[in-house]
Amino acid sequence: MSTVDAPDADRRDFLYIATGAVGAVGAASLAIPLIDQMNPSASVLALASTEVDLGPITEGQSIIITWRGNPVIIRYRTAKEIEEARATKIDDLKDGDSRNANLPDGSPATDENRVIDGKEQYLVQMGVCTHLGCVPIGNQGDYDGWFCPCHGSHYDSAGRIRKGPAPENLHVPKYAYLSDTKIKIG
Amino acid sequence: MSGHSTYNPTNPVMKWVDDRLPLPRLMYDSFVTYPVPRNLNYWYTFGGILMIMMVSQIITGIVLVMHYTPHVDFAFNSVEHIRRNVNYGNILQKWHAVGASFFFIAVYIHIARGMYYGSYKAPREILWMLGVAIFLVMMATGFMGYVLPWGQMSFWGAKVITNLFSAVPFFGEPIVTWLWGGFSVDNATLQRFFSLHYLLPFVLIGVVILHVWALHVTGQNNPTGVEVKSGQDTVAFTPYATLKDSFALCVFFVIFTAFVFYAPDYLGHSINYEEANPLSTPAHIVPEWYYLPFYAILRAIPDKLLGVIAMFGSIAIWFILPWLDTSKVRSATYRPIYKQMFWIIMVVFFALGVVGANPPEGWWITAGQILTFYYFLHFLVLLPLVGLLETPKPLPSSISDAVLAKNGGKQASAQPAE
Repeated sequence: MSTVDAPDADRRDFLYIATGAVGAVGAASLAIPLIDQMNPSASVLALASTEVDLGPITEGQSIIITWRGNPVIIRYRTAKEIEEARATKIDDLKDGDSRNANLPDGSPATDENRVIDGKEQYLVQMGVCTHLGCVPIGNQGDYDGWFCPCHGSHYDSAGRIRKGPAPENLHVPKYAYLSDTKIKIG
Repeated sequence: MSGHSTYNPTNPVMKWVDDRLPLPRLMYDSFVTYPVPRNLNYWYTFGGILMIMMVSQIITGIVLVMHYTPHVDFAFNSVEHIRRNVNYGNILQKWHAVGASFFFIAVYIHIARGMYYGSYKAPREILWMLGVAIFLVMMATGFMGYVLPWGQMSFWGAKVITNLFSAVPFFGEPIVTWLWGGFSVDNATLQRFFSLHYLLPFVLIGVVILHVWALHVTGQNNPTGVEVKSGQDTVAFTPYATLKDSFALCVFFVIFTAFVFYAPDYLGHSINYEEANPLSTPAHIVPEWYYLPFYAILRAIPDKLLGVIAMFGSIAIWFILPWLDTSKVRSATYRPIYKQMFWIIMVVFFALGVVGANPPEGWWITAGQILTFYYFLHFLVLLPLVGLLETPKPLPSSISDAVLAKNGGKQASAQPAE
């Protein structure tokens, strides 16, 4: 039996590292499909837009429709509600961002920024409380708007958070008018 | 603890098997001759009860899956189908649902017993930490199982709890979408919860095996907290522990089955008999009773992210309990101050549960905040301090000494605590 010289340490190290690196890449490429399969599937994403006819809604009436599995509240606001929302100072709001997907981030949360100009009677917003996702109830709360029954958040007549644990105003989804009384959400 | 194996099979088949795979020997040494402290009281029977509850949940669960449909359009009706049409389905479904509650009753008693007798202290730290891991797996399993009947409370409970992850900075939104498999709790969510609810019990079995293994390495703690010193301190697992466990199990099952047969919905919420409606939130959402103390801690903190951290922290803190408790004396029997602290924290924990069940308005908010503050004060400040300041009572020199002294036998020779 002859003794074998210790192999070149650098070479051996390189082989170990290279093997480990290939193994890590392999493990990661296996993990990606296994993790990503949990993200929304193509069929869920395909439901990304929905059209609503606002014609039948009368003043002071709200409807709730489903968009991507979530409720969207559409309210034909009364003149009094619009007036109240416009009279509120930005400084009195808990969240100064309009949270309107149709406007750039950071737009101030004025009532004008919560609706589309010329159609300010129609407030279109997600019926998803920004606290933990419950559906706020309309015509309730201290601000002539919505009240979330889960943890007691109050939203005003423009859907802006005024009181309670919710951190943000109700989100306004991306939508556009297709005709005078028809909108497309998403 | 376990000495040399005394397994000596007379049956030639068992001998043949044992020579090739010593599984009969392992069972014999673990559950027949295994020495247990002779002074174990009934609080020590809950480990065995939990084992039976786990098996009971798995068996009823497997049977329920034969009739259940994990789809938003059918889930609710399939559970009703089980309760009305399937042979014995009425009992099997209730057995599983009430069983979850009693599984948690047993685990809370088991954990409290460990805290009272200091069972988490050296050398049982890993045993204890595995136990905390078991509790976490149980909580996840229970949560996902409650979603499956697809009632109003199932749906909104799932929505609120998964929304907790939206508190994570920067990645909150994508994480929640990933958990849901959509933009809301929907069919994709139900199906993955079903898959995981079936998987996790088997993960649980794995951790339980590690838990029992660790237990059999260090041996059981006992009400005196004094280690076993000689054979005199122990009795054989069978028949002594086996029968004591069996008797306790019978009593436990009398209460458990009384609920199954006569009050199956007492521990649940009637609103869950209304099918899930994503467009309408019930007026008062609460989790199942066994999550209430932690739910109260979540709501006590006005900040969303900090609330979530406090809630998870309140359980995570148990992992480091062996190092937070600085006292060398294990059992609260010999720790006059800790004994009182133990009962106070029990009351605080129960009170947190009451707060969690009530709407977060007015006085309840303050109460929740005070109780949450005390909860963390107990574990992070009082426990380390009391261990250093308290003068323990003299410990018995051995378990048999303690037993004999209690029974008025020979004089116990007491020795001062270390």
